[in-house]
Order: sequence, then C-alpha cells, then structure tokens
Amino acid sequence: MITYALIFAIACYSAALLFNLFRVIKAPGVTDRVLALDTMAINAIAMIVLFGIYEGTALFFEASILYAMTGFVATVAFAKFILRGDIIE
Amino acid sequence: MELIWDIVISALLVIGGIFGFVGSLGLVKLPDPMTRLHAPTKAATLGVGSILIASMIWFAVKQDHLSLHELMVTVFIFLTAPVTAHFISKANIFRDWPADKLPRPAGEGEWAVHQADADTSKGELSVEQEGEAAQQD
Repeated sequence: MITYALIFAIACYSAALLFNLFRVIKAPGVTDRVLALDTMAINAIAMIVLFGIYEGTALFFEASILYAMTGFVATVAFAKFILRGDIIE
Repeated sequence: MELIWDIVISALLVIGGIFGFVGSLGLVKLPDPMTRLHAPTKAATLGVGSILIASMIWFAVKQDHLSLHELMVTVFIFLTAPVTAHFISKANIFRDWPADKLPRPAGEGEWAVHQADADTSKGELSVEQEGEAAQQD
C-alpha cells in the first residue's frame, strides 16, 4: 500500500515540477519566474525525501536541508535584486 | 498495528502529493500575479510538511530509529516560506503597482517600496508594516 501511495506522490510532484518549469520558461512577469523557481526548490525537497523513502535510506536528508537553505537564500537574493537593484547595500 | 501505521503513512503521502500538485497547478492556472503568489506558498508548504511527517513516521516504524532531520526541514520551510512570499510580493508591488493605485498606508509617509531613500531606523518601519499587513489581508 505504501508503495502505491509513494508512486502516486512521486507522480504528483513530477507533474508539479513540470508545471513549475513551464512557468519558469513562459511567464508574464519576472516575479512569476522567481516564484516558480522558489516553488521548484520546495517541490525538489519533497522529491528528494520521497526518493529517500523509496530507496529506504536516510542518506538524502542532508541534501534536502541544503536544498532548502540555498533555495531560500536564492529567492531572497532575486527578490531583493528586483526590488533595489542591489543585493547587499 | 503495522496496518494502522501503513494507512497513516499512505494517507499522508497521498495528501501531500495532492497538495503539491494543486499548489503548482494554481501557479499555472490563476489569473494575476498576486493570486499566483497565493497558491504555491500555502499549498506547497502544507504538501511538503505532510510528506516530511510521513517520512518521519516511516523511518520510526520501519527502521526502528526516530530521525528528527525531517522535523528540522519542516521547521525551516515553515519559517522561510512566509519570508520569501513577503519578499516576492514586495517586488511585485514595486514592479506592477504605481503609487496612486495603491491604498494609502496608515500614518505618514509612502509605501516603503516607492520610497527609494526610506530610513527605516526612525520608527517608520512599524507604520509601513501595518499598512502592508492590511493590504495582504
């Protein structure tokens, strides 16, 4: 039962990542691209954790923590650059 | 007992998958930038949260060791998602909304995004944050 639920969740997040990729490529404004990249990072964390359950190892948590941190910093830096034209004033 | 945990883990995985999917679908489907901001920041956080809780229960039940890494990731995402949403909405106000189309912020002064040389150390920050909270509600 868990295997089917896992495959369902992986399929859902794969479709979500494709939607995000579409929004990164074809967006009406630059803030939408930044938002799509942020959502992509969050969905990638979910994918990493799901793959960890699928493989049955606890190896991937460090990767997901690192992904969360770099995703946050990247989004804040992008938004700050749009807002002020500079990241560290 | 095993079956109950299987059901709980499967339900959390399915709920998380549906929420992640709906969040990203909203990113594509919704009509204007502020509503598009709304969909993924709420739904995706909840989806990832339940996936991480499912992973925590799975490792506790199946491999007999309680791992709290997932809790760390959950707390980190729950702390950072509002901050990124706030930053993106500020950038969005700065790019798409001219100052005369916005509602007036409470107190004196303009919106911080339209005030290039805003000195936030003079107690103006609290006033402007209240205005933004009212806007986001």
